[in-house]
Amino acid sequence: MVAKTKKAASNAGRKPVVVVDNAHVIYKVFGTGRKVTGNIAKGGLFTKKIRVREVHAVKGVSFTIYEGESVGIIGSNGSGKSSLMRAVAGLTPLAEGAVYAFARPSLLGVGAVLLPALSGERNIILGGLAMGFSKKEIQSKAEDITKFAGIEEFIDLPMRTYSSGMSARLRFAIAAARNHDILIIDEALAVGDQEFRAKSEARMREMRDQAGTVFLVSHSMKSILDTCNRVIWIEKGVLKMDGDPETVTNAYNDYIGSTTID
Amino acid sequence: MDLATYAAENGLKRVGARPPFIAYVKEAWGRRDFAWTLSSFTNKAANARNRLGRWWMVLTPAMQGVMYGLIFGVILGARNRPEHFISYLFCGVFLFSFMQGTFSNGATSVTGNAGLVKSLSFPRVLLPLSATIQQFINLVPQLGLLLITVAGDTAISGFGFPLTWKWLLFIPAMILMVLFGAGSSMLAARLTVQFSDLNKVIPFAFRIIFYSSGIFYSLDAILKNHPTIGAILKFNPFAAYINLVRGILIPGREATAELWLICAGWGILLPAVSLLLFWKVEERHGRED
Repeated sequence: MVAKTKKAASNAGRKPVVVVDNAHVIYKVFGTGRKVTGNIAKGGLFTKKIRVREVHAVKGVSFTIYEGESVGIIGSNGSGKSSLMRAVAGLTPLAEGAVYAFARPSLLGVGAVLLPALSGERNIILGGLAMGFSKKEIQSKAEDITKFAGIEEFIDLPMRTYSSGMSARLRFAIAAARNHDILIIDEALAVGDQEFRAKSEARMREMRDQAGTVFLVSHSMKSILDTCNRVIWIEKGVLKMDGDPETVTNAYNDYIGSTTID
Repeated sequence: MDLATYAAENGLKRVGARPPFIAYVKEAWGRRDFAWTLSSFTNKAANARNRLGRWWMVLTPAMQGVMYGLIFGVILGARNRPEHFISYLFCGVFLFSFMQGTFSNGATSVTGNAGLVKSLSFPRVLLPLSATIQQFINLVPQLGLLLITVAGDTAISGFGFPLTWKWLLFIPAMILMVLFGAGSSMLAARLTVQFSDLNKVIPFAFRIIFYSSGIFYSLDAILKNHPTIGAILKFNPFAAYINLVRGILIPGREATAELWLICAGWGILLPAVSLLLFWKVEERHGRED
């Protein structure tokens, strides 16, 4: 808390681009059966009932991002990183709190295959149209996008036939065709190979330098250290640490180390 | 100073907040290319795995027509059969399948395109609208088949050359029906946001509507002795659109002013109301619970 107020004071005069104010994300899931508890033997077939389970994925996270920052988001699996980022992008509604931004953030996630039945080329066109390009604009960009993704030979095949690396590359290339004011990349690059990773990190730095804000969710501390100048660590739905990349990633590594030894 | 005022002072806007209605409609209109392209691509992909490809767009309705013709025209006998039965039946089957298609396709239009919804932000209403366009693309060859059948039927039964100026009314009738389809598509998408069980009920609901809308028999003839039920069923939009088109195309039948009024009412009110309802829950589309 002390650190936070100090930070706020030193940030006076800087222009905020994203403000996350006490964000809570709660998923309501229709679950069947019982929670797994110690005595599974208790209760039988007829005691099962359908109930709504609430999963509190993000529990009151607040932070402010300023112009020119590229932010790494780290945390163990299931810590709520992706939920938080989806909320920042406005794709998951918040149960409480709010996210403010000067432009609508675009999210590039790992799970989202656009339309698996359609060819890569048609996915480029549809993605471009949905992002607000005109038909002409996207058609003229299609070749560059294909080249950037490095899938020239397969561009006419349906996307369901792509390897996960190929489709991740294509998705990144589509999203990177536009300059985003705020771009969130959620582990989308994890499946790419060395060469593509270098290429996309270069593109991310380029976007950041064009006054765009980039969020990068990643488990690769190297990617985070290479591209980010601020790191936020989310653990079990709460903000555990926020600061310069070196300090936070070191603390995170210590934490991981200590829990694995336990 | 709390963060909300701090954000407001710096000109930041709340993310995911639904835009005002007019702005929403404008944005959707601005990206209409997306809806068109999505529907044509999806249509092509749907048939791409079949050897006969897009021929199925004509073959399916033709087979349906033959099947219903066999069942209701030949096997179940000729009693009570309305005149120009083939034209009468095709009108019913093709138009009904369009209207059913817009609703059931609309119901899955948002949930079925999760990949798009999760990765890109665009006015979600484009998805049910694209589902409507997709159904319409499917309807076009069926309408061709329908017009040929009616023309042939009329000529054979000695009513002379069937193409009259009256057939021009077919165009506004189709426009009204497509508007109604867009409305029911948006409504279905809106309803599935809250009631995901709806998908299980839709097929039954449409079976009931199918049998009660006079697709293969004359509703008037049956309801002659039940004026109250008849008065209520008159407002059934499915029967109204079908009877309107029959009135325009089939000799000896009439597209009454009353039918036009009912069809215009549904075709204007339903899309307007559905769009409003859909926009109201815009923030909730695509959530994962």
